[in-house]
Amino acid sequence: MAIDVRIPTILRSYTGGAKAVSSAGDNLAELLTNLDGTYPGLRGRLITPEGGLHRFVNIYVNDEDVRFLGSLDAKISDGDTVTILPAVAGGAFGLAAAAAVLGR
Amino acid sequence: MLTIHREIIEAIVAHARRDHPDEACGVVAGPVGSDTPARHIPMENAERSTTFYRFDSTEQLRVWREMDDRDEEPVVIYHSHTATEPYPSRTDISYAGEPNAHYLLVSTRDPQTAEIRSFRILDGQVSEEPVQLVGESMEAMRSYEENGDPHAVQSFMFGQSPAAVDYECQP
Repeated sequence: MAIDVRIPTILRSYTGGAKAVSSAGDNLAELLTNLDGTYPGLRGRLITPEGGLHRFVNIYVNDEDVRFLGSLDAKISDGDTVTILPAVAGGAFGLAAAAAVLGR
Repeated sequence: MLTIHREIIEAIVAHARRDHPDEACGVVAGPVGSDTPARHIPMENAERSTTFYRFDSTEQLRVWREMDDRDEEPVVIYHSHTATEPYPSRTDISYAGEPNAHYLLVSTRDPQTAEIRSFRILDGQVSEEPVQLVGESMEAMRSYEENGDPHAVQSFMFGQSPAAVDYECQP
């Protein structure tokens, strides 16, 4: 089954410049593993060494942020579109302090 | 160098003033590859914080899709610092994920003078760039008509503030 995956500018070096690629999987974790098989290194930009979704990216299944869909367990079906975007965040506060305060 | 219409800068500063003391954030979209900021899109700060900002992820998807449909990209990504200088924090640098964007920072720490600086952030490396304003200022024209002073409403200071100390300066 085919899932349409939208790749942000910053990660297109992994996909040979392609803006959208096709992959497969029943959930997000599977999809990212399959994607990494075709485009090595991509998964490492999305998943932390501890196995969680990186705070620097947003991943959506169709119109929904996967953080509301069970994160890596988010179910995916044939014909779905998965969109990856860089999270846009920052501010005057230090990252470590912000992470501690926000519990992330 | 960031070349940007004066009216867009005024709209960004007005947004930052409106949300002060919380940080304000947003995007200026422009045609892909043009490096020309054309369409100002103020975004919600989902954190509503005085020291942190984050685009609401659902709003971001909608805006990024709309840009895609219109063959636009985020030419400028801006946010405000409300008590400190407009220089990228370590948080700003670690999140900078749009390689083609100009990262514009506005400081609203002074109620009269907005400090504005622009940066490129690539692979954790920050480089400051000059900001060039083009076009007429509606606000200044109105202000001039009303009280004869083109800068009575709000003044801008671009680039490094003369009050800042450059610790890296070598003789």
